[in-house]
Amino acid sequence: MSIHKQKNFRMLAAALLAIGVTMSAAQADDDRNEKYGAKYGGENHGKPLQPAQTNAKFQKECSGCHIAYMPGLLPAESWRKVMAGLDKHFGTDASLDAQDNKEITTFLVNNASNRWGAPTAPLKITEAIWFKRKHDDREISPAVWKNPLVKSPANCAACHPQAEHGDFSERNIRMPE
Amino acid sequence: MFRIFHLLGLVLVAVAGLAAQPVFAETSSEILASIEKEAAGTPGFKGFSAARGEHFFKAKHGGEWSCASCHTENPATPGKHAKTAKVIDPLAPSANAERFTSPKKVDKWFKRNCNDVLSRVCTPQEKGDVLAYLLTVKK
Repeated sequence: MSIHKQKNFRMLAAALLAIGVTMSAAQADDDRNEKYGAKYGGENHGKPLQPAQTNAKFQKECSGCHIAYMPGLLPAESWRKVMAGLDKHFGTDASLDAQDNKEITTFLVNNASNRWGAPTAPLKITEAIWFKRKHDDREISPAVWKNPLVKSPANCAACHPQAEHGDFSERNIRMPE
Repeated sequence: MFRIFHLLGLVLVAVAGLAAQPVFAETSSEILASIEKEAAGTPGFKGFSAARGEHFFKAKHGGEWSCASCHTENPATPGKHAKTAKVIDPLAPSANAERFTSPKKVDKWFKRNCNDVLSRVCTPQEKGDVLAYLLTVKK
């Protein structure tokens, strides 16, 4: 084996080891052990964004009509699709000029969920398996969704008042009366 | 050499000072004037009408929404997004000095909202009429 080949072999071994470690970590994280070897069938959200990581244009433009949903809630491919279809954005035209669109897309893609193993890319956060599981009938009574103060599952801040800051922690949930 | 840095420093301080001022890019009447310039190029243009703008603002145009669906019948008061229920700051410049001061923002929202309400772009005449109306709305 030449030195060159040896080097390649070592790199391959290191890579395989890294993949193995990552996979077992993912499996350890998985309490239901599903198809894609990761939590929520691979449709898991990423870590919340730290304030220092945010982007002023994203904050400003995305919070024009709703809260600026954290990029980690969906995988990169979802954000690419959302940003490519802004002129038909869930029933309204939310188009941006090309430059702003590019900057925000880059930001969203770079900070998308890092725990999404499934080859899926939903357009709606509420369609992700992690979302459905955390908001199913066992977790939340159907009456909550009918409350006019909630109006829609897209209205995170109705029960997660700190949603805009990426805080969805259990202790900060406040169900509207 | 040092003098150049000195000068550069002064310029930077001056620019930063200017940027810190809450100066709006343009005034709403300047925005109206630029829409008028655009409208003047269309045949038969006879100026803007606040009354026509008000009617346009409050009427539906074949779709589900009017401008007033989100901005309310009184644009000097806060509105509410018809879909997400997010509060929308007043649209009338008398109630919200920030309105119609950035040409980029004006273009962005006319494009979006005309598409939502009329399924097409608005003509300069329509935009001018609406702005003429909004400028007459008292707080």
